Amino acid sequence: MFKWKTDEFSWVDFTIDVLRILIVLAVVIGAWNTLSSGRITLAQWVNLFAAGLSQGSIYALIALGYTLVYGILLMINFAHGEVFMAGAFSTVFLAEAFNRTGFLNEQPLLAILLMIMFAGLVSMTVAILLERVAYRPLRGSPRLVPLITAIGASFFLQYTFRGLYGSAFKAYPQVKILQGAISIGGINIPIVQIFVFCSALVLMFGLYWLVERTRVGKAMRAVSENKEVASLMGIDIDWVIMFTFGVGGFLAGSAGVINGVFRPQGVNFFMGFIPGIKAFTAAVLGGIGNIPGAMLGGLFLGVIEAIGPNLVLAGLGIPGANQLKDVIAFTMLVLVLIFRPQGILGERLSEKKA
Amino acid sequence: MDTLRSQTSRTVLALGLLSGAFILFTGAVGMIAAFHEREVVDRFISLGQLLLLIAPFVTGYFVASRLHEYGEAPAQILVAGLAAGMLTALPSVVLLLFNSDEFRFLLFLVLRLAPFVAASAIAWGRHQAGADTQTVIGIWLLIAVLVGIVTFSFALIFEIKGDLRSVLVNIDRDWVEVITFDNRKDLPVGIATFGLVSIAAGFAGCMLHLMPNVPRRALIYGLGITALVGAFGETARLILQENVDRDTLREIFRRDTLRQHAALALFVISTAAGFFWAMYGSQVRQSFDNIDTSNRRRLNMIGLVIFVAFMLLLPWLIGRTLSDVAVTIGIFVLMGLGLNIAIGLAGLLDLGYLTNYAVGAYILAVLTSIGPLGLFKGTFTFWMVIPLALLAAMFAGFIFAVPVLRMRGDYLAIATLGFGEIIGKLAISDWLKPLIGGAQGVQAIPKPIFFGAELKNPEQLYYIVLVASLVCLFVSIRLNNSRTGRQWMAIREDEDVATAMGIDTARAKLLAFTLSAATGGVAGAIFAAKVGTVFPNSFTVFVSINVLSLIIVGGIASNPGIVVGAIVLIGMPELLREFAEFRFLLYGALLILMMIKRPQGLIPSKIVTHEHQSGVKAKLAAAE
Repeated sequence: MFKWKTDEFSWVDFTIDVLRILIVLAVVIGAWNTLSSGRITLAQWVNLFAAGLSQGSIYALIALGYTLVYGILLMINFAHGEVFMAGAFSTVFLAEAFNRTGFLNEQPLLAILLMIMFAGLVSMTVAILLERVAYRPLRGSPRLVPLITAIGASFFLQYTFRGLYGSAFKAYPQVKILQGAISIGGINIPIVQIFVFCSALVLMFGLYWLVERTRVGKAMRAVSENKEVASLMGIDIDWVIMFTFGVGGFLAGSAGVINGVFRPQGVNFFMGFIPGIKAFTAAVLGGIGNIPGAMLGGLFLGVIEAIGPNLVLAGLGIPGANQLKDVIAFTMLVLVLIFRPQGILGERLSEKKA
Repeated sequence: MDTLRSQTSRTVLALGLLSGAFILFTGAVGMIAAFHEREVVDRFISLGQLLLLIAPFVTGYFVASRLHEYGEAPAQILVAGLAAGMLTALPSVVLLLFNSDEFRFLLFLVLRLAPFVAASAIAWGRHQAGADTQTVIGIWLLIAVLVGIVTFSFALIFEIKGDLRSVLVNIDRDWVEVITFDNRKDLPVGIATFGLVSIAAGFAGCMLHLMPNVPRRALIYGLGITALVGAFGETARLILQENVDRDTLREIFRRDTLRQHAALALFVISTAAGFFWAMYGSQVRQSFDNIDTSNRRRLNMIGLVIFVAFMLLLPWLIGRTLSDVAVTIGIFVLMGLGLNIAIGLAGLLDLGYLTNYAVGAYILAVLTSIGPLGLFKGTFTFWMVIPLALLAAMFAGFIFAVPVLRMRGDYLAIATLGFGEIIGKLAISDWLKPLIGGAQGVQAIPKPIFFGAELKNPEQLYYIVLVASLVCLFVSIRLNNSRTGRQWMAIREDEDVATAMGIDTARAKLLAFTLSAATGGVAGAIFAAKVGTVFPNSFTVFVSINVLSLIIVGGIASNPGIVVGAIVLIGMPELLREFAEFRFLLYGALLILMMIKRPQGLIPSKIVTHEHQSGVKAKLAAAE
């Protein structure tokens, strides 16, 4: 674990190792304090865990978009959070319309399925346009150039949607059938969380099937392996890249609807920024470019974010620990980038890729 | 001939629809209606209307220059200009129709037919390409269903909501009012007016291009200057207010807008000036080039003295409101120059620059505040804390730099972004509330006192910013050519090679982060003293994005570029309040556009330009 074996003493390594020890100490002490004080019961821990899994499955869906694009283009599509926002924000209106006609509560599953399709297609369009307009002209330029473009695209999209739909906060209508909780072994788990987790799983399996079992998936894998060779095999690289952005966009848009079912409040133009960074964290956690990794990373991040503040921060005596949820997530991001940039599942990427 | 025709029509169609999309977009996000609030020339034209005119005008000009290259005849070009103007109006006219009660059915018709049309078109294309029947039917069904879900959903939304406005909030009465040139009640007349104006503007753009060189340039100067002065009428009035008497002022302006005769006079004068410049400008420039070295040095000295005198007198020339803007610009110049050390010189894309800004501001706030959160209640003064703020920011920069030293490129950017977000969340948290006040922040920060005089006005604070910026500029210029600066540039170009050349990259990068943090801290401290309160809402990712944008737009690693970038990007939203709402829309668009079209920035640094050119050459060589 420690790099004492290097021939020369490197004080950068030394500092990073000190940092590592401090963090482990903080986590251990915080967790020990919380657990020994017994403030939170086992049932509450399970509830936090379940909520974390649901939130994490949403992160995982968004993270897949980052990972797919990174796998093929080796670029961070910083604007992917905004693709998520585009779908979620647009579908609020459809959800309201369904609610007004009563369709949402008569046929909830069909209505949500239609909403997911709608959001997915809207986000897909945004993602494909983004690729076509902003990224394609820059393919092959130095790596910071597309990143800066992506940052620009991110703010451009945010403020475009602010202009289009207004800056007011909107909310998804509640779906009656998903209210309430079911009891599993004496622990109440909200139905909506189970629904969110299951629908995210279905979408992820869909993606897995697409990538592993279809012709297009094979083409995607080939392009991510080696673009030149893939194009020699008769694969249309531009089309595959567009398709990849489209698939990532679709998943992000559907995550937008699932997120709206899970947490109806807070739909506005800025809603994609923070989830975007968190999903990127999830993608890096799992090993960027790695599809099962992104799924695991998302779930892992969701759980850490739910449990971390209560377990560690509260144990360290920090007041208002749940306010610092985002701090936990971003600290995770920085720590992963420092200590394990290849992620949980990833193998060490070559210098060129990392 | 046939290829020429198809090329011509494709160009006209593409450019016309592009500008049409631009007008539609600016309308839909509310820009046109917002800009209509500002009149450019009194009771004649508003900024929103000017936008409606500029798009077809510029498109006409570009169409003409393209077709001229293709070798089309002038008559053809003028027809193309008319067509471009018409195409510019077309998308917005369609939206106008969709929005009106009488023609709303068209919207639903389009939305319901679209899936079938799209599916048929694509399936037909596949069929032509030789796909078998089964595939074609499959594709037809797939496309029809996918597009159908989207368009039928939109149709349902609009049907339930009743109008477009309840979804697209800016397709409202104001927008219709502007775009029909005040003929909202009578839609056909409105559409005709809009169409004709647009066509005329396209035609005028073409005409302009067909003119001989000298009058064309003169007209461009005249129109451009008049439009600029008109749009920034408020600024112009504020400047004049300090320098001319009230009656003259009233003669020129009605409130904040140019009067018609004043605008006409300005147009005539600037066109005449433009005419002379177009005629004799090259001669003047040449005679400047011919001045010999000793005289040139003297001339440079005179220029410098005038410049310094101008900068010193600026607050008196422009008055209080604009001095306040100048202070804000100065703060961003400071940050831009600082961040440029990391981004421009060392190639480290630091997106967490707000950390340093926040550290500087909070240090000053906590140490000098006379409010409940002040630690020393006035024992420390502004001047004592400035060095502390600088050191604290440098320390923060150092601390955050150590863990990211091993990262490269995009990972470093995201990690620093993460640091920035962490700092923002911590500033607002309950945890640090006893120290820095949570969401309420720290209040009652006294203004700096200079030899007994309280520097409470922006005119006086301006000098602090000026001195700080000049010092920073000096350091920055000296760094550019120093040994360290060259080490940074080597790292920017290729870290591995830099290491191989014996550069201690860890040390150099740490130095870059620490130095770049220093000015951020000073900027934050000045900001805190200027505003008098520090609260977490001032420290969001938008600060970092602002600074990043002005560096990219001005010119990466170019000191004059950064100053210009700050004046344009920070000054414009401050001076044109209607614009402020759209600043990040513009920043985003600019970042994309600059990266695609002009990655070296508006005023590029010589070295960067050289690199870009050699990069292009290398690419060409590799392609061959």
